[in-house]
Amino acid sequence: MVKDQEFLEKKASYCLGLAKKFGATDTSVVVKNSVSETVNFRNKKLDEANRSDDLGISITTYIGKKKSSISSSNLLTDNLSILIEKCVETTKNTPEDEFNSLPDRDLLSKEVKDLDLYDDSHIANDQKIDYLKKLEAAASSDKKIINTESSFTQNKSNFTLANSEGFCDGYKTSSFTASSVTVAKDEKSMERDYEYSSKCFLKDLDDADELGTLAANQTIRKLSPKKIGSEKIAIIFDKRIAKGILNTFASAISSSAISRGTSFLKDKANQKILSDKINVFDKPDMLKGLGSRNFDSEGVKTDTLKLVDQGILKHYLIDTYNGKKLNLKSNGRCGGTSNLYFENGNISFKDLLNSNSKSLYITETIGHGSNIVTGDYSVGATGFLVENGEFKYPINEITIAGNFKDMFQNITLANDLEFKYATNSPTMLIEGMVVAGK
Amino acid sequence: MSNFFEKTDLSRKEAENIISDTLQKCDDGELYLENSKSESILLDDDKIKNSSYNSDLGFGFRAISDEVVAYSHSNEISKNSLKQSSENLKSTLKSVKGTYNHEIPKSNKKYYDNINPIEQKSLNEKIKILNDVNDYLRSKGDKVKQVTANFLGEQKSVEIIRSGGETLSDVRPLVRFNVSVMVEKDGRKETGVYGVGGRQSYDSYLKDENWKSVCDEALRIASVNLESKPAPAGEMKVVLGPGWPAILIHEAVGHGLEGDFNRKKTSAFHNLMGQKVASEGVTIIDDGTIDKRRGSLTIDDEGTPTEKTVLIENGILKNFMQDRLNARLMKTRSTGNGRRENYRHIVLPRMRNTMMLSGKQTQEEMIKAVDKGIFAVSFGGGQVDITSGKFVFNCTEAYEIVDGKIGSPIKGATLIGDGPSILKEVSMVGNDMMMDPGIGTCGKAGQGVPVGVAQPSILIDKMTVGGTKL
Repeated sequence: MVKDQEFLEKKASYCLGLAKKFGATDTSVVVKNSVSETVNFRNKKLDEANRSDDLGISITTYIGKKKSSISSSNLLTDNLSILIEKCVETTKNTPEDEFNSLPDRDLLSKEVKDLDLYDDSHIANDQKIDYLKKLEAAASSDKKIINTESSFTQNKSNFTLANSEGFCDGYKTSSFTASSVTVAKDEKSMERDYEYSSKCFLKDLDDADELGTLAANQTIRKLSPKKIGSEKIAIIFDKRIAKGILNTFASAISSSAISRGTSFLKDKANQKILSDKINVFDKPDMLKGLGSRNFDSEGVKTDTLKLVDQGILKHYLIDTYNGKKLNLKSNGRCGGTSNLYFENGNISFKDLLNSNSKSLYITETIGHGSNIVTGDYSVGATGFLVENGEFKYPINEITIAGNFKDMFQNITLANDLEFKYATNSPTMLIEGMVVAGK
Repeated sequence: MSNFFEKTDLSRKEAENIISDTLQKCDDGELYLENSKSESILLDDDKIKNSSYNSDLGFGFRAISDEVVAYSHSNEISKNSLKQSSENLKSTLKSVKGTYNHEIPKSNKKYYDNINPIEQKSLNEKIKILNDVNDYLRSKGDKVKQVTANFLGEQKSVEIIRSGGETLSDVRPLVRFNVSVMVEKDGRKETGVYGVGGRQSYDSYLKDENWKSVCDEALRIASVNLESKPAPAGEMKVVLGPGWPAILIHEAVGHGLEGDFNRKKTSAFHNLMGQKVASEGVTIIDDGTIDKRRGSLTIDDEGTPTEKTVLIENGILKNFMQDRLNARLMKTRSTGNGRRENYRHIVLPRMRNTMMLSGKQTQEEMIKAVDKGIFAVSFGGGQVDITSGKFVFNCTEAYEIVDGKIGSPIKGATLIGDGPSILKEVSMVGNDMMMDPGIGTCGKAGQGVPVGVAQPSILIDKMTVGGTKL
């Protein structure tokens, strides 16, 4: 069982007291417990069962404008005492930084709304096994599938965030995640693909049959890929890749990248950085949302932000430290975005495929090719050649490249948004990118 | 050396009894105890942004029956907690009828000293060096707009208790020092990153103002990139410099030679043992025994002493890298490659220091042999799709080669290739093998472990360069 709020609060307040005793002028503490149980299957047989119980604490102490932090998984009182004393000692020896402080008191969250983030139901390992059997039967029904690996995880977490300004709050969250990875083979090639479902509530999880079938189909269609020539071409990003581009956008508007001057979107507030009709929202209070939260990792209240309005950048993602540096107030984005998404575009998926006589539909990228300082983008990719709206054949061993500054101005979105991850995008078309192949 | 049973209600004898009772009919398994202390001190934007210290303690209890692994971990070393883990394992492995394999090789060799690098240098000294780094780089001219430098230090004590009470232990120091610098000229910004590290004290890398050479290298890379032009797109010849570019070896063939993917037959290499997978002259080893290197280990995380494992010898595939589980199922022996990020994770076969050995040619000969291509000197990260064999890595410093001569620097581009065929495209192997500077972390199944790479300069006849210039 995950530890209750009372236990976590007691530990937190013990630490706050101790830090004060050792000479800290301000302190913040996070105590978190997470219990998860995973069952893995491979080729229709049990492969691994894993239970983890993680309890951890992290403490930041301030002496005026000096700051230092510690974290530990050993919550025995004598260990905490040694660590906090060490932390305060380190704080004394760390140079001042004028922007260091706890969040402004008036920005702290005052209430915790019930966002439906915790499901009390428990799925025993035997039931997880039943689900995975069904999933793997569906995933391996085609003879071309030669290997299946699937996994079911139940996670229950609880946390408390407390600081010396009197903030003390926290809440439980749960997640149930099933995934299927399949390998398909023919005479010419061997390919891998996957499908996955993650929900706060057990009853919302995708059907096992559907998940397995989808994983298998997505893998089989990749068999016998071809390599194409190098050319300028329109790229259509599958939703699972498009969300990554949105995440890159989010890191480029984080107040730390902006205040350090290491983002290609620095000084772009209130300017047009995306195509005309594009709206981007970050909405923390979605019920059962995978990125939902009541407050950020400093305790600052979080409201919905329309980050981009008709292509114009309206907000950075601001925490207390970088906010003070930029002379802006925190908007509760310490720790990043919550439920971040592009609003739907106004054409269908089918029309998006049809909007160019020839395009590349990308289902997977590999490599770490996003540079937020310069905006340069270059990654390895696999996908399909699309001609006149039809999927022609699979493609691999190519790269796609461009610069986000141009790419962002050339985005067209379909109207097929769904909330499957914390960050979500409809299918995305970007014109004028370069593919390198033969 | 940690005493894991101090201050707990669990005696070593009681723990041994629980372990032996849980594992009696299993094929393998152990209790893994870990106590790690780590620090991170970061200078950024002219200030000490962060000084943090982490102390992590916990155990992972593993039981294996045939192919099935049951695992349970907890932060709390206590009688109750270990018993609960034991119950979890037993409930997973309902009817076990194996024979526990007690065999584990022994060695007295050690590849690093029992030190705690964090305690060897005071906080004030570390802060002073970081401030000196900042002042030094910012004195190099107005174009320097941002400097980030950090220390990462760690001491990890591990103990492995096997059924019957056999105990193996290791204390592992690890440090890393990194510098990143951003420069700006005419509105254009570029960054350069460099770092050093390994399993010894910070001073081994920093004494006598050695940190200046790290700064100089980061600044040199950033400055080169300021002059870079768009990279070409398409297939061409590629010359790789020695040292860190060996992450190509790590991605292209290393992962594909890990035991688990080959047992499961999901690696593009699984049916190629004994066959020619690389050009003649290409020999690749994975070596855990190099003194004080980042990827070295005295014993792996299952207690097996590490070794120098020949993977590819003169072009022929000789061995996979094995942990105990995959070795047993593939009827071979562990090569000491069983590793985990920490006690929260299960053991997987992982690389240590993966190296391509020197050949006879010179880098000059390679450059001369290229009409049109690129010369790649430094890299960011890489990634591989084990199943299709396709891998990528990102250049952070590269030049075009025109008519046998090195030309202008080119912008960072991704290079993509096919693992099983790329080594057959190697047409020259240099005589200048070099280790990387000790900064690599390899990710697999959500677990990061420190690794090393090495290679001489090599010429690859055909690779796809992912630039924007057609």
